[in-house]
Amino acid sequence: MTLKEVVNNVAEMPASKNAVVDIKNLSLTFQTADGPVYALSEVDLTIDEGDFVSFIGPSGCGKTTLLRVIADLEKATGGDISINGVSPEQARENRAYGYVFQAPALLPWRSIERNVTLPLEIMELSKEERIKRAHDALKLVELNGFEKKFPWQLSGGMQQRASIARALSFDADLLLMDEPFGALDEIVRDHLNEQLLKLWARTNKTVAFVTHSIPEAVYLSSKIVVMSPRPGRIIDVIETDFPKDRTLDIRETPEFLEIAHRVREGLRAGHSNDE
Amino acid sequence: MMSGQAGPVTVVLIALLVLWYVGAVFMNAPTQIDRYNRADQTWTTSKLIEDTLAQERPILPAPHQVAQEMYKTIFATKITSKRSLVYHSWVTLSSTLLGFASGTLLGIILAVGIVHVTTLEKSLMPWVISSQTIPILAIAPMIIVVLGAIGIKGVIPKAVISTYLCFFPITISMVKGLRSPQVIQLDLMRTYNASKWQTFWQLRLPSAMPYLFASLKVAIAISLVGAIVGELPTGAQAGLGARLLAGSYYGQTIQIWSALLTAAFVAAIMVVIVGWFERRVLARMGVKA
Repeated sequence: MTLKEVVNNVAEMPASKNAVVDIKNLSLTFQTADGPVYALSEVDLTIDEGDFVSFIGPSGCGKTTLLRVIADLEKATGGDISINGVSPEQARENRAYGYVFQAPALLPWRSIERNVTLPLEIMELSKEERIKRAHDALKLVELNGFEKKFPWQLSGGMQQRASIARALSFDADLLLMDEPFGALDEIVRDHLNEQLLKLWARTNKTVAFVTHSIPEAVYLSSKIVVMSPRPGRIIDVIETDFPKDRTLDIRETPEFLEIAHRVREGLRAGHSNDE
Repeated sequence: MMSGQAGPVTVVLIALLVLWYVGAVFMNAPTQIDRYNRADQTWTTSKLIEDTLAQERPILPAPHQVAQEMYKTIFATKITSKRSLVYHSWVTLSSTLLGFASGTLLGIILAVGIVHVTTLEKSLMPWVISSQTIPILAIAPMIIVVLGAIGIKGVIPKAVISTYLCFFPITISMVKGLRSPQVIQLDLMRTYNASKWQTFWQLRLPSAMPYLFASLKVAIAISLVGAIVGELPTGAQAGLGARLLAGSYYGQTIQIWSALLTAAFVAAIMVVIVGWFERRVLARMGVKA
């Protein structure tokens, strides 16, 4: 690739931006014995190709539910949602996304490598291809050398990295992550956040990331979606313009603090509504 | 691990043997004293003890009498002989193993059906449970007679009784085991658009393995019980059950006890073998040793 081509590619990028996730007036009501629970109400959101979108809000605001609707693990009860232009169910059938859960959810009877190849086995790839992809995915999360270990032999942070490798192994363009680092300590979390950013910069995947940590949301995102509970809804969408190769140092900059402040204000406003 | 258990096990074994000897003396003393009186014999306590432990048909035979009988009938008799306990054990064992195999298969198939098909759970589960409320001693002769009437004799009717007994713990624990995957693991399979079959093979079945082995240990032991019960109504032809029955017909208590202990040993060995397979399989599945 010549320099000119690179420049052209970069110049073309904004033009080639497509909506990966398009949500219009989406609502989801759970019918329970105690009456209906409005988990999501009037949600409008577009996630573009290459975006890193964080969903932040107090528990019960529907951020995880929204992610699960995108993944077709829950069905919306109203409104429209499309993933890559098709329904969430079709997108799931096309294996359009990799999902990382709050817990690693590794299968304890499989080695790390065989955990990473699980989706590839289900997708019926050849054995050589599976091993190769597992190797590449484990390298991306810096877990090469641990292929033959069983999950219990790894720390919590390493297990979660293995689960990220598993989500990356089949190379879906969309990565859905539900508080993946919520159970980890601050230092491990910072480290994994840095790694995740590098990964995002390198692969240009689209990421939807649920968190309840304001610094995490601001540090990682190109777009922050602030949500509020009862009914679960979006109260603010904040675009950031930190470079993709940002480091943890940006957390000391005025821009960072300003955005963090705006997120906190949003959360507070949503919360006072509730009182 | 074995060395840690050997001490306590030996102590319990010695205590049992002492209790057994004391019991044998007290149980057999009245008939022995009776015998002395009828023969107008004088006796001392030490002679009484000696004689109570050496009766031909004691109420409770002493351990060494049973051991002698077992040695004689297991090692000192040709295994083709009808007097050999090895021969009778094999007769019982063959229907035990056949019943165990078919019971395991039936148990797993039922569990798979119950877990995957809601109507099967509603329609089958009550029958599975009520099948075990019928006393096996009542139903065993029926099975022998009915199958005998249509010309099925020998090992199969006994295996049917074993199957009837041992499918139950397997079904119950496999249903639990196949349902043991966490919601998050099932969600994971859904995100891969895995088929029911793939979810079963990659997630449900491996999750159920510890449950399966726990129930296999119970099943193999009660499968042996089923085979022995099945031998009782057949007119004491062959098998450990037949030895038990023949022994009680002729008051051969030593024979009864040797058959009993042999059955216990056979059961113990089979449980140990299942346990060995369990360790092998679970070790391959990465379970912490």
